[in-house]
Amino acid sequence: MKELTVISGKGGTGKTSIVASFAALAENKVLADCDVDAADLHLVLEPEVIYSEDFSGGKRAAIVSDRCNRCGNCYEACRYDAVVRDVDLDEVLSYNYHIDPIACEGCGVCVRACPRNAITFEPAINGQWYRCRTRHGPLVHAKLGIAEENSGKLVTLVRNQAKEIAEQNNLDLVIIDGSPGIGCPVIASITGADLVLVVTEPTQSGKHDLERVTELTGHFGIETLVCINKWDLNPEVSAEIEKLAHKRSTPIAGKVRYDNAITEAQIKKLSVVEYSGNKVAEDIKSVWNEVCDVLTK
Amino acid sequence: MKIAIASGKGGTGKTTIATNLAFCLSQQGRDVQLLDCDVEEPNCHIFVKAAINVSQSATVPVPKVDEEKCTGCGTCGEVCQYSAIVCMKGKVLTFPELCHGCGGCQRFCPEEAICEERREVGVVESGEAQGFLFGHGRLRIGEVMAPPLIKAVKQAAVENEVTIIDAPPGTSCPVIEAVRDSDFIVLATEPTPFGLNDLKLAVEMARVLNVPFAVAINRCDVGDDAVKNYCAEEGIEIILEIPNDRRIAEVYSRGELASEHFNNYAAIFTSLGKHLLNR
Repeated sequence: MKELTVISGKGGTGKTSIVASFAALAENKVLADCDVDAADLHLVLEPEVIYSEDFSGGKRAAIVSDRCNRCGNCYEACRYDAVVRDVDLDEVLSYNYHIDPIACEGCGVCVRACPRNAITFEPAINGQWYRCRTRHGPLVHAKLGIAEENSGKLVTLVRNQAKEIAEQNNLDLVIIDGSPGIGCPVIASITGADLVLVVTEPTQSGKHDLERVTELTGHFGIETLVCINKWDLNPEVSAEIEKLAHKRSTPIAGKVRYDNAITEAQIKKLSVVEYSGNKVAEDIKSVWNEVCDVLTK
Repeated sequence: MKIAIASGKGGTGKTTIATNLAFCLSQQGRDVQLLDCDVEEPNCHIFVKAAINVSQSATVPVPKVDEEKCTGCGTCGEVCQYSAIVCMKGKVLTFPELCHGCGGCQRFCPEEAICEERREVGVVESGEAQGFLFGHGRLRIGEVMAPPLIKAVKQAAVENEVTIIDAPPGTSCPVIEAVRDSDFIVLATEPTPFGLNDLKLAVEMARVLNVPFAVAINRCDVGDDAVKNYCAEEGIEIILEIPNDRRIAEVYSRGELASEHFNNYAAIFTSLGKHLLNR
């Protein structure tokens, strides 16, 4: 079984539209949406959820006020400014303490620093994950709660669930839709993958971000291909990107032209290759064939 | 006043809005500073032709164990919630890249055998750009800890009349760190199903943080009306609409500012700036 991860560095370059088309083109695969922060693949695939579960990646502290003697140890110990101190209006020189759940990193230092055992420390629900059926096969996706932590752990969970489904059903490929950036969730979505496809765009921002994201895949020693989406919006920058990709030994898997069909397909809840038979669909098919060649070689 | 530009979905025009807004306000004689808090993929410096003159390393504290004092009691491993320090068979191992720098292991070690050293997560760079102050962070490649670097970018900044923050995409911890102490958030989106889905998440985030916000619609004439309908239903102000103009896309692709090239865009961003400052 192989794992293909699609990422982009810069956001909004068309990752998910390309993955949705791959979903329609690939056979015997499982899809994993690892953009747990802002997942969109399900909007095209219209999944039927067959199983869902809460995700807890860590714990969260809370002060039980009637047990608190207001010593302030927790306030002094917390490095994340998560213990909030309010002046007590009824008592001179005294404070009331509570924990800001958004700022809390779940380190538990305040819990141990409290002499009165007045701070609880329970597993936090950081999000949900879903196992689904779609017209293009099984999909695993997730929703990280708003302002939540532990996106990397949730990405790993989604990947592992997708792999398990692939193994149980003798499917030979997992296609992973990654998130923008080069940080925690991106690293969790590429480590150990067989191939990364970076979808970029012909802008100076796209080029700059491609450089950083291919440095990242190089850092982890993962074979990497590049796809230039909307390449004809600026053929000069597109040529610069081709040169850069060549220099970094990350071959160009193909170039996809700009076409409003990509947006139209999204509105119709279809992938581009299902929606349109025109040249933009041909471009994506050719990228897919290139990816398959590298995966099977 | 601190104005953050954020979005659930990437590529919806955050950097375009942040850079053009900073440029136009500065042209109006305002004291402006632009902070690019997308430390994973910073791009503002390209558009504002930033001249960087200060570069400092951003570090986080990680534990260092004095093996002579350590008795292998295992308290540090019990304290650590991140598996960054573990004790196996009386021997302590550290995994600095997993450490959140809470200081728990050091604080609760009964032998005082742990001290802290600094680990670099990236660099904070600052300087000047077209009449205003500029700062950003560059996360070290392979590094997972973006929030401490974002904090460092904000700490290195000075108090200014207007601070504009370009946030990373999404709604999780790096975004929260970037926008949490802002006076106002502009949420960039585009009128597509992906844009709408991710806008809803961003709105939820702004509400959780209790920061006032409005929506900016980029490429407002593509796609459908669902974003506008949603804003109307929720009573959310649409503060800016940028048309799907090929000229903007071209200027953007070259890494330049639309408001420097076209008077009508200078006017749009200048009036956005006035509107935001008059709130």
